Amino acid sequence: MTILRVRGLTKRFGDNEVLHGIDLDVVAGERIAILGASGSGKSTLLRCLNFMELPTAGTVELDGKTVGSERGGGRIYRERDLTGVRQRVGMVFQQFNLFPHMTAAGNVMEGLRTVRRQPKAEARARAEKELARVGLAEKADTFPAHLSGGQKQRVAIARALAMDPEMLLFDEPTSALDPELVGEVLTVIRSLAEEGRTMLLVTHELGFAYHVATRVIFLAEGAIHEQGTPDEILKSPKKDKTRAFLAGHRQFSF
Amino acid sequence: MVWDFSSVLANSDALIAGAIGTVRLFAICLVSGMTFGLVVGLGRYARTRWFNWPATLFVEFFRNTPVLVQILWFYFALPIVAPFEISPLSAAALGISLNAAAFSADIYRGGIQSIERGQWEAARAIGMGWGQAMRRIILPQALKRMTPALTSRAIEIFKSTTLASTVAYVELLQQGKLIASINFNPIEAYTTVAVIFFVILWPLVQLTYALERRMKRAE
Ligand SMILES: Nc1ncnc2c1ncn2[C@@H]1O[C@H](COP(=O)(O)OP(=O)(O)OP(=O)(O)O)[C@@H](O)[C@H]1O
Ligand SMILES: [Mg+2]
Repeated sequence: MTILRVRGLTKRFGDNEVLHGIDLDVVAGERIAILGASGSGKSTLLRCLNFMELPTAGTVELDGKTVGSERGGGRIYRERDLTGVRQRVGMVFQQFNLFPHMTAAGNVMEGLRTVRRQPKAEARARAEKELARVGLAEKADTFPAHLSGGQKQRVAIARALAMDPEMLLFDEPTSALDPELVGEVLTVIRSLAEEGRTMLLVTHELGFAYHVATRVIFLAEGAIHEQGTPDEILKSPKKDKTRAFLAGHRQFSF
Repeated sequence: MVWDFSSVLANSDALIAGAIGTVRLFAICLVSGMTFGLVVGLGRYARTRWFNWPATLFVEFFRNTPVLVQILWFYFALPIVAPFEISPLSAAALGISLNAAAFSADIYRGGIQSIERGQWEAARAIGMGWGQAMRRIILPQALKRMTPALTSRAIEIFKSTTLASTVAYVELLQQGKLIASINFNPIEAYTTVAVIFFVILWPLVQLTYALERRMKRAE
């Protein structure tokens, strides 16, 4: 079942066209790793999918319904439409972006309380469940300032999971972490993969992509340059740019 | 010369009435000025011209006219252009509150702007609307950062309550003037007024410093 269908997605910042008409279908349960050089538009693509950035042209269809409404040949996006979409498409950021004035549990409860208007006890129970899932049950009442980077990112994942998203977007979730903390976050993401969650993941951890992704997309200059299974893309890429990109990366172990 | 405070002490009832008047005017101006200032500050922060433009006009106007002129205008000129009487308290409260709103508006705007973009994004990523993100995520953090600036604004408001004496509102300075003119003891009368201000303000300021320190530690 296709849950996300993207057609002709174009994004311009001023005169700078960053995405040139991306087409992408995501089937439920797919785990797509997005690779590409710095500035190739990976983050912008991800951010257009939950409308952190509004597409300049093209359409994003979620569960068969195109987001936004047509007007004068283009599309307009109302806040109400977008808040709905964002609850269904969770996002995890490179810099975690935890709310520093709330405890770990407070961060996870926030969407349930403010957006879903759930009673406190119910939201708290859900937050504890999600924190336990990422291995942080005992940190529920700790403020972000007292958590390590890896723990912060796990709280951020729990915060996204609490909203029951159909799909999760990860934008370089481990790039801001000290090397020794990367593993704990990847372990959590891998456990989500095992649950069959649908996810799009921008990463430079090629070994991780190889093992966890069901499909790898190589983005170059704002367009999908090559895509296929992890074996096809990471072991025997057909295109020169993909090869050059992989050669420029540290050897990864399969 | 000999300082003689007995004539001031004999009028302590008048001073107490003045102190009550000062605190009352301060409370009104603090609450209304800072509340309206938040509204104007959000307007200044907004990118929509319909909010931004009036807010900017308001701020520029009230920052660049003396409070004293505003109080006198509301007290003497407003009743001529509009068909109603205005009490000294209302005139003073209007002038001081609007001025406080103009200055605090830019403190609010600066505080809101200082919050990292990532906080907005994280709030929106869990489906919050603009208002929810502002109320739950941005403002609580911004207010914390603004506490020092808002505190000094509050102290300014407290001191500017003395301007209300120009329209004969019963507050500390007005009572001091009265006592000085009746007893011919300006030194003692105005010294007493200054001391009372200090005695009220100083502990308040210490309290806010302590609060700030506690908030820092809590982070
Ligand atoms: N808000 C913005 N305003 C203007 N230009 C932007 C904005 N965001 C991104 N860009 C530009 O779009 C291009 C693609 O940026 P993007 O962040 O999507 O790349 P990326 O593939 O995620 O790179 P990296 O690996 O460094 O994160 C870059 O040239 C960048 O300068
Ligand atoms: Mg990026």
